[in-house]
Amino acid sequence: MRELWEFTKLIRSKNAGPFELTFDIMFKDREGFDKVMNSGAISPKAIELLYRVERKQMRYFVIPELLSVKVSIPRGAFSGDVKDTDVYGGQFHGPLLRLPVE
Amino acid sequence: MKVVAATGNLSTGFLEETLVRAIEGADFLGCDAGSTDSGPYYLGSGNARGPREATKRNLRLMLREALKAGIPMVIGSAGHAGGRPHLAWTLEIVRELAAENRWHFKLASIDSEVEKEELLEAFRRGEISPLCPAPELTEQTIRRAERFVAMMGIEPIQAALKKGAQVIVAGRCSDVAIYAALPVLEGIPRWVAFHAGKILECGAASAEQRQYPDCMVAELEQSGFTVEPPNPAFRCTPQSVAAHALYETADPYHLVESGGVLDTSRAQYSGVDDRAVRITGSRFISAARYTVKLEGAALAGYRSVVVAGIRDPLVLRQLDPFLATLRTVVERKIANSLGLGPEAYILQFRIYGRDGAMGALEPTPTLEGHEVGLVIDVVADTQELAADILPLVWHTGLHHPIAEHQGLISNFAFPFSPPGMDAGPVYRFCINHVWELKDPCEPFGMKVETI
Repeated sequence: MRELWEFTKLIRSKNAGPFELTFDIMFKDREGFDKVMNSGAISPKAIELLYRVERKQMRYFVIPELLSVKVSIPRGAFSGDVKDTDVYGGQFHGPLLRLPVE
Repeated sequence: MKVVAATGNLSTGFLEETLVRAIEGADFLGCDAGSTDSGPYYLGSGNARGPREATKRNLRLMLREALKAGIPMVIGSAGHAGGRPHLAWTLEIVRELAAENRWHFKLASIDSEVEKEELLEAFRRGEISPLCPAPELTEQTIRRAERFVAMMGIEPIQAALKKGAQVIVAGRCSDVAIYAALPVLEGIPRWVAFHAGKILECGAASAEQRQYPDCMVAELEQSGFTVEPPNPAFRCTPQSVAAHALYETADPYHLVESGGVLDTSRAQYSGVDDRAVRITGSRFISAARYTVKLEGAALAGYRSVVVAGIRDPLVLRQLDPFLATLRTVVERKIANSLGLGPEAYILQFRIYGRDGAMGALEPTPTLEGHEVGLVIDVVADTQELAADILPLVWHTGLHHPIAEHQGLISNFAFPFSPPGMDAGPVYRFCINHVWELKDPCEPFGMKVETI
């Protein structure tokens, strides 16, 4: 079994404004993109479970021409708020890297 | 029409030789100076995000080149947050530079700060509507906030250009509008101007490997535009430019701007050569109503923090009950000594090594390592109160007993003396709404002067 990061050239998270987080998953090549997408490792359901977010609150884009997947979710704590842990939202992508790809 | 972006953020800079090369034959120079990315502090406090000397260096080179070439220059989101004090901070640097170098030009400044009374009236008239997600907006939240700004579109910048301003310093401004204002005024289609603006606003970030911040150039015409990095060490590829459209935006195909939406879903990116990329095929869909985005920050309290390392495996294996009982003891002490209940302050234990980075979103909140970085975070109504509560917490925690050790223990490794630090005021973003305007320039006061 391999992990998602082995197929990608970039996985990142970032604020999309202070109220949302956005994740970019960019694959190295078509082969890896197809393999991962066919495996079901990345899907709205997978994101729902990993980030405990409801499907209706999530924006989920598969962008084949860029061999990319983009997911945007609302922030639990707004950027810089008293209980926020990550002002730039730059470290929420960690768990995605190790998603198993069968 | 050749448009130059000096860099992605005015404080980060660019190479002097790149700017000099880029400006050759250019019609216009722009730079974005702001963002909400660093959180609500700058908007709330009124402090600009410097460093001032770096901002001055970059402005000096930009002004020198723009004045030499006789082309307009636009700075958007002055001083990072674009409020009145941030605008004043930037204008002071511009005036200083003009005096030091004996430069003369027509300067326009555009104020984007919105008075609370003005906002309250708009709110009562029903002109303010929420985006998603948005904090609840009431008259009270408006009154209690520190500062509001409205994010201007292209129209106020165009108004300044029409008045003959050569240097325009704008308060909070859409990043894209900085670059789209002049092209649209000159008859370039909106989809071309806005899409080019979206790529230009991050400077060299759309290049394949941006080793350092630098300039970016776009050549705009009726049928599309071409981007090419003026630094010969960088190159743009169709992939790098298209991929940049994903960066820090929630939707990769639809960019909502004042006055409409840029739809890039059918955009074509093709290589002109191995460094330049031509973009065609986007659309601009005009909105039925003209809205500007509002940003606001409210004071949430004052913070004091302490950083502590925990290395004792017996404490670590019972960290949750250890911190829970510590909290109980501390709450009692604070009630006894300061007469305050737990609702009067926010006490957080941030546990690095477990879920410090992701908080409630951490899918594996378990301890695996041999040490933990604990940040004790106190937020209270005044700095004095936060600073009084904090040592009660850390000193109690330092000697908080566990059953396995008999005798007085010291649980925290403090790297600093004094252990605690006052972190100052804490703000929160208190609005994520748009304001419907009849006139896109209405809330934005403009001053034009000759320097």
